[in-house]
Amino acid sequence: MSPDTDGTQTSPLLVLDDITKSFGAVAALRGVHLALHRGAAHALVGENGAGKSTLVKVLAGAHAPDSGRMTLDGQPLVLRGPADARAAGIAVIYQEPTLFPDLSVAENIFMGRQPLRGARRIDSRAMNRATERLFARLGVRIDPTRPARGLSIADQQLVEIAKALSFDARVLVMDEPTAALSGVEVERLFGVARSLCERGAAVLFISHRFDEVFDLCQRITVMRDGAWVSSDPAADLTVDEVVRRMVGRDVSSLYPKQDTTLRDTLLDVRGLSRAGVFSDVSFTVHGGEIVALAGLVGAGRSEVARAIFGVDRYDAGQVRVAGRVLRPGNPRKAIAAGMALVPEDRRQQGLVMELSVERNATLARRRALSRLGLLLGGAERAEARCWTRRLQVKTSRLAAPVATLSGGNQQKVVLAKWLATEPRILIIDEPTRGIDVGTKAEVHRLLSELAGAGLAILMISSELPEVLGMADRVLVMHEGRVVRELPRAEADETSVMFAATGQGAAA
Amino acid sequence: MAHDSLYTAPPSGAGVETEREGGRFAALRRALGSWDAAVVAALVVAVLLASASVQNFATGRNAQFLLLDLVPLALLALPMTLIVITGEIDLSVASMVGLSSTLMGQMWLSSGLSLELICVLVVLLGGVLGAVNGVFITGFGLPSLAVTIGTLALYRGLSFVVLGDQAVADFPPSWTAAAVRNLPGASIPAAVVPVLLLAVVFGVVLHATPVGRALYAMGNNDQAATFAGVSVARTKFWLFVVSGAVCGLVGVFWTLRYASARGDNATGLELTVVTAVLLGGVSIFGGRGGLLGVVGGVLLLGVLRNALQLADVDANALTIVTGTLLIASVVLPNAVANLRARLHRRRQRAHLTAS
Repeated sequence: MSPDTDGTQTSPLLVLDDITKSFGAVAALRGVHLALHRGAAHALVGENGAGKSTLVKVLAGAHAPDSGRMTLDGQPLVLRGPADARAAGIAVIYQEPTLFPDLSVAENIFMGRQPLRGARRIDSRAMNRATERLFARLGVRIDPTRPARGLSIADQQLVEIAKALSFDARVLVMDEPTAALSGVEVERLFGVARSLCERGAAVLFISHRFDEVFDLCQRITVMRDGAWVSSDPAADLTVDEVVRRMVGRDVSSLYPKQDTTLRDTLLDVRGLSRAGVFSDVSFTVHGGEIVALAGLVGAGRSEVARAIFGVDRYDAGQVRVAGRVLRPGNPRKAIAAGMALVPEDRRQQGLVMELSVERNATLARRRALSRLGLLLGGAERAEARCWTRRLQVKTSRLAAPVATLSGGNQQKVVLAKWLATEPRILIIDEPTRGIDVGTKAEVHRLLSELAGAGLAILMISSELPEVLGMADRVLVMHEGRVVRELPRAEADETSVMFAATGQGAAA
Repeated sequence: MAHDSLYTAPPSGAGVETEREGGRFAALRRALGSWDAAVVAALVVAVLLASASVQNFATGRNAQFLLLDLVPLALLALPMTLIVITGEIDLSVASMVGLSSTLMGQMWLSSGLSLELICVLVVLLGGVLGAVNGVFITGFGLPSLAVTIGTLALYRGLSFVVLGDQAVADFPPSWTAAAVRNLPGASIPAAVVPVLLLAVVFGVVLHATPVGRALYAMGNNDQAATFAGVSVARTKFWLFVVSGAVCGLVGVFWTLRYASARGDNATGLELTVVTAVLLGGVSIFGGRGGLLGVVGGVLLLGVLRNALQLADVDANALTIVTGTLLIASVVLPNAVANLRARLHRRRQRAHLTAS
């Protein structure tokens, strides 16, 4: 670590001053300031579309700013590409790391700079030993020789962090790293981040989860609409205050589930099993009810949802919709029976990113909208307009590719697509993952209204406050089994987490 | 269930609003839209140039031959367009044409069935050949590139097994004449009419039916398509069956037009078909393109090949031209996009240093 030019420990390591960046006529960043200090974690928060991702790309060297200055250790910093950022010691960990699945963990870490021995052959042993040393520093146990395929997202992120360590990164940028992690994994990641801070690294942490932000970070910078709003010590802020600054208005209630009267059983799952994934899963969901499926990532919740909807097959058990047995392995039958699934991975499963808003919104209704087998006369456009209006999707045109929308608006398009099928049963997997606070509240209100209108809703969520705020009943899964069923009154953070980590099974 | 009452009414003026990033892909879309325009322009230029400089190009007799030559290419390009849009490819089409042709010859030679029945059987057998492709690709999840290269060789080999190196040529003159007959009072072959009808059918299926929507969806992201209730494997299977049946139809036409069923009929035609489809603006990566562009691509390729043939350019040079066009139609859209991005970056950098 080079000594400070000022001689003080408090002078910042990395400074961004008045950074602007535009794409065509769109100003993504408008005069952003940021100062990262050694040994400190700094949070960057803002609604989707606030410019956080653009700022991360500037730091990663992927976008050159239009104007403004960056300094590292007091020296002017110009990044011409990702290689420059890496050379400067800036490492970025993304929400979903992109490792080479068929290469070993060690090969992933040392890709392009493998230790060599005679005749330019790769020295695998030295590489594996170096990887082991990196993991030891991080306090994690991953076999360096195993292929990256099959690693959990949390472990993949740790591999990325090990990679960052291997080229002595001094600035670690984490772009929503916890969105796909369970509580235990988040704790482990934070442990690693804290120990990096103790060694003098600066961490920039981007997250929508305020409990994590306040848990990890000493300072919080808020952005709104591409502009810098404030940077303050976390100790001086409250969650309410941060939210107010992010949205520029008060968000009255995050989780407004209304009480509803229960109607008939709409979804009845009996003894659903799939070898090695989940076993003997049984539960019911009534009309007017929101049932949450809680548990750690990897407990098999999404897999159960996929099997119920028919995307995956199951080995044993039965799914009944309003009393009638649903044919397994056929999403089309499930849709016809009045079921809708909003999947967890919006970009890969929920939407066809290259297609327009209109086509995406009507994809599941393409048969119903056709007359004599033909889709003519703007039937799709009318339908798409109707639903994007109802859900207040912000888009320039219905013909715009859905990829051009922000995360929150993309999620609204997925919801529009499924609500347009007028389902009786809505299975929604991580309803608010990676979307901004304002949209989050809208989604929660919508779910509550849908339940009030008699829909049966099965909600999978890794966000405990969401589970506790929204659900009438909580089913907790652990290692492929439903280990606990908690009515709303008995569900709290302790009881759910206790069951989710496997300790509650006997209780 | 009525949802109208469910949602709080949007505040006035809200609803479909402008998202800030909305116009970002507009330029890209325009560029893609203009690919069709470029193909049509190239077609016009090619026709004008050929009319001016190639002797006998602009004659009724040549128009007839040009269109007759186009019939197999146009027919095969129709299912190929749909297949490439789903992100797959069928390289066995020419071999299926060849095998259909020899099956027709062998049946005519030895079965004693009527020619009408034989034609129907050949189309059905073509469908079976395509179904074999479909089973390997969708049933066993193998890449269509590998499977259809395999059946390209397999079916060609089988067509020589069926007829050896002999040719069957004694088809009734009334039939072989019908294949090349002109429409009354015009130098346009009658065979063009069913081709146009089929093109309309394929165009409607692709652009105005739920199936067409599903094809584009799975071509871009088959996982998201599955989640939306699209039966990806089943749809692809039937596309390969249709491709085989069309090959059977082309096999019948080819045999009658040249009055000859031979094992080497239509050898190498798959290259021309794929070229025409890509030239027509269909993305080799799937999910993008349209049938009108492909019709343009077929015509452009047909005119070029015909004009070069008339100008006594030899067959090898023709293959070189086709191959070059194939590469160009894959490379050009990428190159244009890259160039744009680079210009954009350079402009920004200049802007940055200026400020």
